[in-house]
Formats: sequence, structure tokens, C-alpha cells
Amino acid sequence: MTIDAVIASAPSASEAIAESHERKAFGFWLYLMSDAIIFALLFATYVVMSADAEGRQTARSLFSLSHVSGETLLLLCSSLTFGFAALAMHSVKRGAVLWWLLVTFALGLGFLAMEIIEFRGMAQVGAGPDRSGFLSAFFALVGTHGLHVAFGLVWILILASQVIIKGLTPPVTSRLFRLGLFWHFLDIVWVGIFSVVYLPGLL
Amino acid sequence: MFGKLTIDALPFYSWVAMGGALVTVGGVLAVTFAVTWFGWWRYLWSEWLTSVDHKRIGVMYIVLALVMLLRGFVDAIMMRAQQAIALNSEGYLPPGHFDQIFSSHGTIMIFFMAMPFLTGLINIVVPQQIGARDVAFPFMNSVSLWLTAAGAALVMVSLVIGKFSTAGWSGYPPYSGVQYNPGVGVDYWLWALLISGIGTTLAGINFTVTIFKLRAPGMNLMRMPLFTWTALCSSILMTFAFPALTVVCALLWLDRTFGMHFFTNDSGGNMMNYANLFWIWGHPEVYILILPAFGIFSEVVATFSAKRLFGYTSLVYATASIAVLSFTVWLHHFFTMGASPNVNAFFGIATMIIAVPTGVKVFDWLLTMYRGRITFHPSMMWTLGFIVTFVIGGMTGVLLALPPVNYMVHNTTFLVAHFHNMLIPGALFGYFAGYMYWFPKAFGFTLDERWGARSFWCWLIGFYLAFMPLYILGLMGMPRRLEHYNVALWQPYLIVAALGALLILLGIVCQGVQLVVSIRQRQERLDLTGDPWNGRTLEWLTSSPPPPYNFALLPIVREIDAFEDMKKRGVAYQKPPRYHDIHIPRNTDTGVAVGAFAFLLGFAVVWQIWWLVIAAAVALWAVIIARSFEDDTEYRLPADEVQEIERQHRQAMAGALRRPDVDAPVPSNQPLPEGLA
Repeated sequence: MTIDAVIASAPSASEAIAESHERKAFGFWLYLMSDAIIFALLFATYVVMSADAEGRQTARSLFSLSHVSGETLLLLCSSLTFGFAALAMHSVKRGAVLWWLLVTFALGLGFLAMEIIEFRGMAQVGAGPDRSGFLSAFFALVGTHGLHVAFGLVWILILASQVIIKGLTPPVTSRLFRLGLFWHFLDIVWVGIFSVVYLPGLL
Repeated sequence: MFGKLTIDALPFYSWVAMGGALVTVGGVLAVTFAVTWFGWWRYLWSEWLTSVDHKRIGVMYIVLALVMLLRGFVDAIMMRAQQAIALNSEGYLPPGHFDQIFSSHGTIMIFFMAMPFLTGLINIVVPQQIGARDVAFPFMNSVSLWLTAAGAALVMVSLVIGKFSTAGWSGYPPYSGVQYNPGVGVDYWLWALLISGIGTTLAGINFTVTIFKLRAPGMNLMRMPLFTWTALCSSILMTFAFPALTVVCALLWLDRTFGMHFFTNDSGGNMMNYANLFWIWGHPEVYILILPAFGIFSEVVATFSAKRLFGYTSLVYATASIAVLSFTVWLHHFFTMGASPNVNAFFGIATMIIAVPTGVKVFDWLLTMYRGRITFHPSMMWTLGFIVTFVIGGMTGVLLALPPVNYMVHNTTFLVAHFHNMLIPGALFGYFAGYMYWFPKAFGFTLDERWGARSFWCWLIGFYLAFMPLYILGLMGMPRRLEHYNVALWQPYLIVAALGALLILLGIVCQGVQLVVSIRQRQERLDLTGDPWNGRTLEWLTSSPPPPYNFALLPIVREIDAFEDMKKRGVAYQKPPRYHDIHIPRNTDTGVAVGAFAFLLGFAVVWQIWWLVIAAAVALWAVIIARSFEDDTEYRLPADEVQEIERQHRQAMAGALRRPDVDAPVPSNQPLPEGLA
């Protein structure tokens, strides 16, 4: 008798896990692309609003190349250290995963601290987000990236605690993979911010 | 302590507003009382509100949509009544209140009627059409639902506490800025959109992954039913257009709350950027609403013509090209903003090009009917009404796509008539057709066709009466959103339009009667076969209503109309040699909690109660983080139970097929199911 339906012979546990991981990774990619549109529109808004001469003037006096280079260095290194965490995860070294997550967290926190110092410095010289359209756009773009980093830091802590409590189980490694995508995505956005916001502002 | 919230927020400013508030509060109390009286709380909570089953989530989406349809329609009929009498007089609505009504009408109809309606239909139908057991992310589905509900709740609360926006559903600055609109109305509007918009983005991601990853074996992309295709295009648009709405609402809120200068008149603000950002979301949104309705019409027309869809491939390509083109036309919403003639010409031409794939679709539907055996089920009547009416709307759309014409009728009721002419037949008629078509699938019994037909005729004639006069008025120069006027020539047309709205009211009453009549006769209207219309696609293979897992065995697809093909080959109802355990996601209250805290967050932000904002945000993230620690979110339905459920369904189906008095099932061309007990 030919049966016109597959007996989806209850997929083995590892197959089900692989499928679920793949689905979630694809869904997360879609989220990242959707988030990329948020950044794209904030970039466009920034470019439109920084067109006026006063904006360019303010940019030159407010941005500091050495400060931004420091931020960039911290964030790019944190992407590298996250890469080490991922490698450790693949070779199932729990201690190393935790260590590299911690280093990534420290670097990310350093980046965030530098950004807050920069924002505070600008606010203190009267160049807060309510000063002009240019500054509103600047704070919205760079601030949204900063918020994402802060969110990523909380996420690192949560997953580190899951690694401690649950170990490197398939659901936890699957989550670590998506956190990795998120973290590297923030790096790419920062490269965009560096080249669209800071470099033209300073050169 | 309570931010800007004081006792003055209660609507003592007008009797009409007071009445609206009382109806809202009374409605909530009445529902609460009824549920308590009948002792339904436990059932409602554990079986519905916390459910992650895509079919139940879909039903809840549609319930939300129907409730909000009533609210939005009350707004509409109030506006029509005001304009019918407000010649050289103030009418019965003060201007500020009239402005709130047209703003909430548009906001509700788009975001809280049409969006939940289509999301609900996609939820119920698409997993079954592709032979899947659920959506890709059932828990996220519940979160999407409750975020949408939280947004709708914010709009409803604005009736009772504070006022709604007066800036129209598109909220253009500078009028929606804090300088001209210092109250909380615009903030209510912004946060309702922000919260529900995130829910919609998540829903878009969910459906996209579902359709790409969960199709039954053999169902490649070019074998997907057309409704699934339109749902896919619509979901992709949701994922990539809604971020623009999030951005524009967030920026306007920053302007209003923290004195920033994105869209202000002064300090380097650029309000034209608002129009761009808003419509970069807004135009794809039109297609998010209309494409799934096109899909429904395609299913309905094929089923009730008993023929395969004519030009399946061309319909798929037309759908996909509309989805792509929808991102290239946003500027036609503001031709008069003063872009250069070349820019306007580009967007005008792009707009007219969209008429081409749409025209292809219309011909495909017509040719599907050609030489088909047409059954005039009300779903089919909605489809026919749509085709005729939509073509008229499309032609006025091509007129509006010409920048010089657009300058002439800019901001007049011609425009109002045009977009209602697209969205009522193009989207709403489709949802109604889908509602009647898939109702038996969701609830296990069919809806009364006579009341369905009555409702259709009331809606159709009411629509023409209500909106054709607005075209004429627009050409006569009547601006939209007018609270009162002094041109006597306009009044007769406005009275006709008001009569049209009354006829539509009658149509809605017919739909209510239809529901009541059908529920009372449900025993006679049972759909025991799961296939009441001799359907062609896989959702009709399951029982009505389907078991939680939809398919005990995943079907193998060999043709475009997979179920029709299986029936033809006599293999649709084969009894499998054995069943196996099925994993089903467990219900969870996290989705409800997320929605509740999101509502609280929105409410607190609107009234600037900052401690509550922080508390709600922390609680919101706390429940999500707690959820992320749970790995065991599924339960196992043992093979024995699956077998028992399937046995009962087969028994019921066999009984139904033997009963000669059941008129719906077993059309002559349907081979008798083999292997039935």
C-alpha cells in the first residue's frame, strides 16, 4: 500500500535540535535585517540633518579623533574576543567560554563608558540633543547604537549565567550563536557610524 | 507622583465624549461581569489567553479586529452625521472632538482592525495550508498578539483618560509637535503605534520563517497556495517596512518629550523628513493590507469556480513585483511637498507601473471564473463586488499618480474616496470573504449564507453611496477633515454619504445576526468532514476545528492544489499504518504578561509617570529573561492519544458522508474516501 503521507518518524533528538537552531538563526537574521533598516533610516536622517553649515562646524569642535579611536578599538577587540568565546564553545571548553565572555563584557562596558563620557562632555558644553536638529540626529543614531550595546551587555551576563547554571547545552550554545551575530552586527554598525559620522565630521 | 495625570483627564469637556467613555467602561464591565457570572475565567485563561496554538491566536486576533471595527465604524458614522448637518452650523461635535474622531478612525481601522484581521487569518490558515503543525515561533506569536492588544488598549483608554490625537492618523508635524499639540493625544497615538508596531514586526519575522522553513515535503515555493504566497510577501513587507514606523514615531516622541529638533520649525529641524520616513513605512503598509486579501480572493475564486486558479505563475510574479514596487512609490503621498518635477515624475511613473501587476491579477481572477462552475457563496459575492469596485478605485489611483492632477485634488475628499475605495473592497471585503470561507475551519460549523448575502449587499451599496459622492465633492473642492462648512452645494452629497454609512451599519448588523443565527443552529451546520466547500488546498485536509497538531502525518505535496490532487488520486483520507508521538508547545502566560507590562509602559510614558515607566520596563524584561531560562517548553502527545483523536475524526467523517441530508460535503466529483472506519 502506498501511503501518501510521510511518517515523519519522530525526528531524532539531534535532528530536532538542529532544525530548531536553524529556524531560530534564520529568524534572528531577519530581525537583524529589520534592525539594520532602523539604523539605515537613522543614518539617512543624520546625513540630511548634518547638511547645514552650523552642524558641520559643531561637529568639528565636538568630536575628538583620539576618543573615537579608543571607542572603536574597544568595540572591535570585543568582537575578536567574542570570536574566541565562540571557538571555545565549539571545542566545548566551558571555562574558556566564560572567560572570553567576561573579557567581551569588560571591553563592551569600556566602550559604553567612553560613549557616556563623550555624551556628558557634549551636554556640558551646551551641545545636548535639544540644541539643534543636527545634534538630535547625532544623539539618536549614536545613542541607539549605544542602547544596543547596553542591551548586548545584559544579554552577555544572562548567557554567562546560563553557561554556569546549565552548561553548554544545545539551547545555550544556540543562544550564544545568536548573541554572537548580534554583537558582530553592532560592530558593523559602528564601522558605519565611524565612517559616516565621525570621519566626515573631523576631516 | 502621577506625572501629567490629574482628575482633569476625565472627559467632562463634552457630553458626546462622556458618552463614549461610559460606553467603553460599561462594555469592559459588562464583559467582565458576564465572564464571571458564567464562570469562564479559568477556561478563558488556560485555553485561550495563554494559548500559543496558532489557530487560537488567530481567532483572538480576529476578535480584536471585529471589536475595533465596531469602534472605528462608530467614529465613521459620527463624522458622516456631523458633516451631513454642519452646513452653516456647528453640528453636534466641537472641532477638537471631531479632530480626535477622524484621527482615531484612521488609526484604528489601519492598525487595530485591518492589521489584526489579516494577521489572524494568516495565523489560522497559513500553517495548515503549508502542512505544518504550528508557526515557527509559537511563543513569539503570543507576544505579537498581546503587543497588538496593548496598542489597541491604549487607544481605547484614551477615550476615558485624556484625549486622543487630533493630528490625523498620519500625525504630520509641526502640528503634531509639542508646540501646537501640548496634550497627551499625540503621545497616545505614538505609543499605540510603537507597541503594536513591534508586535507586527515580530509577526512578520515569524510568518516568514514559518513559510520558508516549515513547508510539508514536496511543497516547493511554486506549489504554495496563493494565500500563502501573499502572506509571505506581506510578512516580508512587515519585517522591512515597520522599522520605519518605529523610527519615525520614536523621533517624534523625542521631539515632543525631550525638546529635540528632528521635525520642528526651528533649530535645524526638517519636517519633510517626517513625511518621507512615515510613508517609507506607509506605502508598503497599503500592500501589507491588500496582498493577503488578494490571496483570499484567489483561494475563494478557485474553490467556488471549481477550477484551478488561472495563471498561477503570473499571480505569484504579480504579487512579488507589487511587493518590491511598493518600496519605490512612497513619495506619491506628498507630491505637493515641492520636490522637483523630475522626482515627482519618477514616483508618478513608478506608481502607475503598480497598476500593471494588479491588472494581471484582475484578469487572472476573471479567467478563473470563465467556464467554471460558479457557486454564489457569499465569499464569492465579496470577491465579485471587490473586482468591480476595486477597478474603479484603481483608476482614480492612476489619476492621482499624475502629479498635476494630484495638485488639483490634493487634500480633498477625492483622496478620501480613493483610499477608501482601495481599502474597503481591496482589503476589508477580502477579510470578510476569508472570514466566511474559513469560519468552519476555525469553529467546526458554517455561517448562514442568507444573512451573509444580505450583509454583502448592504455593504456594497452602502459603500457606493458613502464614497462616490466624496469623489464628486473632492472635484468640487471640498477639503478633507472639515468640521463644518458654508457651501450649500455640498450638503446633498454629504447627506447621501451619511445614508451610505447607515446602510453599511445595516450590513454590520446583518453580520452580527449571521453570527448569532449560525451559533444557534450550529448542530445542523456542523462541518464533520473538514472540507465543506470541496476545497483545493491542504487546510481542508484537517478536521474542523483541527486538532492541536493539525496533521497527524505530514502530507506529501505533488501539485499546486495539493488537496484537490490527493482527492483526485483517492489518497486524501488513507489510514496510516501507525502514528507517532507529537511534541506540542505548552501554553504560557508570559505573552499576556509582556502585553500587560507593555501597556503599562505605554500608559506611563504618555502621562510621563517616570517611576512607572522604569518599573514597567524592568518587569517587561524580567518576564522575558525568565522565559529565556526555560528550555522545556513542549509537551509530548503520545501516539495512542493521536490515534484516538484521529479515530474519532474518521468516525465522524464516515457518519457525515453516509447522511444523505447533509448538503454540503461529498460533491459528485469527489472520490469516496478510502479506508474510513
